Amino acid sequence: MGDSVEDIKKHVRTYVMVFVVLLFLTGVTVGISYVDMGHTMNIVLALVIATIKASLVAAYFMHLISEKKLIYYTLLIAALFFIGLMFLPTGQSLDPIHL
Amino acid sequence: MSQSDHHDEHANEHPKLGFWQAYVFSTDHKVIGIQYGLTALVFLFFGFCLMMLMRWQLAYPGQALPIFGSLFSDATMPGGVMLPEFYNSLGAMHGTIMVFLGVVPLAVGAFGNFVVPLQIGAPDMAFPKLNMASYWSFFAGGVVMLYSFMAPGGAANSGWTSYPPLSDIATAGQTYWLIGMIFLITSSLLGSVNFIVTIIQLRVEGLTYMRMPFFVWAQLVTAFLLLLAFPPLEAAGVMQLMDRLADTSFFLPTGLVVTGDALQVSGGGSPLLWQHLFWFLAHPEVYVLILPAMGIVAEIIANNSRKPLFGYKSAVYSLIFLGFMSFIVWAHHMFLTGMGTTISAFFQTTTMIISIPSVVILTVFFISLWGGRIRFNTCMLFALGFLPMFGIGGLTGLPLGLSAADIPLHDTYYVIGHFHYVVAPGTLLALFAGIYYWFPKATGRIMNEFWGKVHFWGSIVCMNMIFFPMLIQGLAGVSRRLYDGGASYEFAEPVLHYNAAMSHAAWLLAVFQLPFIINFFYSIWKGKQVDRNPWQSTTMEWEAPSPPPHGNFDTPPVAYRGPYEYSVPGAEKDYTPQCEAAEV
Amino acid sequence: MLIPYTVKPRPDTGLINSKLGIWLFLASEVMLFGALFSSYILLRVNSVDWPVGSTILSVPIAAFNTVVLISSSITVIMAWASLKMGNLSKGRMYILITFLLGLTFMCVKAYEYNTKFHHGLFPSESTFMAIYFTLTGLHGLHVLGGMIVFAYFWGPGAKMWKTEPEHFTNRIEIVGLYWHFVDLVWIFLFPVLYLL
Repeated sequence: MGDSVEDIKKHVRTYVMVFVVLLFLTGVTVGISYVDMGHTMNIVLALVIATIKASLVAAYFMHLISEKKLIYYTLLIAALFFIGLMFLPTGQSLDPIHL
Repeated sequence: MSQSDHHDEHANEHPKLGFWQAYVFSTDHKVIGIQYGLTALVFLFFGFCLMMLMRWQLAYPGQALPIFGSLFSDATMPGGVMLPEFYNSLGAMHGTIMVFLGVVPLAVGAFGNFVVPLQIGAPDMAFPKLNMASYWSFFAGGVVMLYSFMAPGGAANSGWTSYPPLSDIATAGQTYWLIGMIFLITSSLLGSVNFIVTIIQLRVEGLTYMRMPFFVWAQLVTAFLLLLAFPPLEAAGVMQLMDRLADTSFFLPTGLVVTGDALQVSGGGSPLLWQHLFWFLAHPEVYVLILPAMGIVAEIIANNSRKPLFGYKSAVYSLIFLGFMSFIVWAHHMFLTGMGTTISAFFQTTTMIISIPSVVILTVFFISLWGGRIRFNTCMLFALGFLPMFGIGGLTGLPLGLSAADIPLHDTYYVIGHFHYVVAPGTLLALFAGIYYWFPKATGRIMNEFWGKVHFWGSIVCMNMIFFPMLIQGLAGVSRRLYDGGASYEFAEPVLHYNAAMSHAAWLLAVFQLPFIINFFYSIWKGKQVDRNPWQSTTMEWEAPSPPPHGNFDTPPVAYRGPYEYSVPGAEKDYTPQCEAAEV
Repeated sequence: MLIPYTVKPRPDTGLINSKLGIWLFLASEVMLFGALFSSYILLRVNSVDWPVGSTILSVPIAAFNTVVLISSSITVIMAWASLKMGNLSKGRMYILITFLLGLTFMCVKAYEYNTKFHHGLFPSESTFMAIYFTLTGLHGLHVLGGMIVFAYFWGPGAKMWKTEPEHFTNRIEIVGLYWHFVDLVWIFLFPVLYLL
């Protein structure tokens, strides 16, 4: 990532574009929630949009798109453990013994 | 560039600090390390006292405690006879204090803070102010925990695991426990960020990852475990606080009846949720307890067998693998909760797998001894004592990892015996080894060898006399939650006589700590003065003056070689320090 | 001896200490909120009937708050960009705007909480309300923490610019990373609590 004034100005344009996309996606997610597409479909769509928005924030605002390797490794470890954590409700509800 | 030069000028001046800044609110990693160490030792002793009280009740159920009994209030021990509620409090607080206020702060806070920056040649930790905040947060947590003994109804009494629904409806002490835990969690989060950044960023020139001492590796993996395993417990703690203070029912199922009355809550919660979140932390926590201990043992064994650590790399990879695996074994603590076969098969498999890297590391230590010229000094004795004790602790854990064996054993003394073997004669012996080993670095004086050996032999014998009978009692089926030690059950009769013997051993263990305490304080002021490197060690902390000044080293060291170059063929002396340049 | 790599990145990692530090901290935050999301899923899957958020909570208010937080994310990055280009006064202005946007978010949140309390909807009402108050409350505490830091950097903290402009710019970048994360959490909280 360049640090000259020109580079920064270029970055700022990107940031504003990402910002506009984020606003648009917020509108979309609210709009979609009023359309009934079946319970599961609504949940999936809302989460997909949220993930896209979060990825945009992480990639551009948090500069993850051009970050150092060490940060990627750190986040990779966190991601693995996060998956472990998300495994927890599954562990709870998979074939429980009913007494 | 000009600006960072400017920065340098400022930092090279060391203004004389006042007493408060130099010794109390210090940002120097060595002072903080010593603060952690002393506080943790006090808490260890306090936790031990709680256990000695419990052991009276277990050995002589219902009898009045002589002499000390009269010191307690009527709410705890009327007439010197212990109330069941007080016994429960003692049990819960013994566990909490030993783990979160004793062993972890000593292993990570004290040794990590003091030794890690020195071993990697850094002037201090990466974030000194954060480091101070970490200590004081820990201190605040400790004060809250102690204060909880004065809460109405006494301290937390739902076990150190605080399982709901019991903990949700327990007396006020539980709220203090939760608040105390939140302070302690904050402290270790700040600490672990600091450790990781320090180890990754502040290594001196030439100190590549594979040249780092094993102790530094252990601290790095430990810091990652603390960083990523503690937040789920913090989340669970917040939810339990909500349950207790805002009457929510995260952990309360619908239709709960307490002493004959239906509980007036919305319900719909899950008590198991707490167990999942708790053990998601607490299993990695086991490795937080054991990994720094392994690191200490590695340093001492390499140094005192005058040999390089055998299989350093495989030990390091095992360590990393251990760290990863520790996150996916948590539910082996929960086989009794009625989980299905698919899930329990998964966790049994991962549990069996995780024993492999532990065995690799232990094997590395044993083979390192082979053919060495072993010096049997106090710290080496403690390190050697760690090996079989941790071996017993680990092997007795294997049956508990398989649900068929775990289900009958889980609520018995067998479990208590198992994990105490890991933590008490295991980790604690290693921590004592560390104290004897690094004492000269912290004070410039050495501890008395004779009394050190008395301390070692007394401790290891007494510890085995306490914990081995627990395994026997457990196999005989004695429940671990009984206030009278099993006297009310007929089947426990044949193994009940161990209770008194175990208690006597526990009190004797306290007596054998006296030489340590006296030796420790005597040596600070009157011990034999030694030079920088009394053990003829290779790692970098011994290059700094003893005690190291603010900023640690006279000149920034450079690492030229691996950490354990002992008895290099052809070398003049039997150790080649890491910072010694090759003669070419 | 001075602690190295506070301003200049370490050559082999390419990072300054604080950058690595904040990412590690955020990793632990992921686990904190992750645990709560995980609990949410567990409680919801095992519940008898789980209300749709929009029937209890106000979607327009939350959508407004989402816009506020996203805007504050862009202003904090503008603050950093301005400082990077050597413009302190513009940078401070953006820091102040970020702080005010944070304040707006908190005021709206307070109003939202207040209406809930007026309707007798307390955390003890149901598991849904419990997780709603816990998640938004914890998120609100994070917003509050960020606001305190911004207030500091707008006021006394900005003095650092005179002696070490680069260090100060880095600090804004670091707090920015934290702020984006807080924004990111809200991006998930909004659909999960209000829309589903």
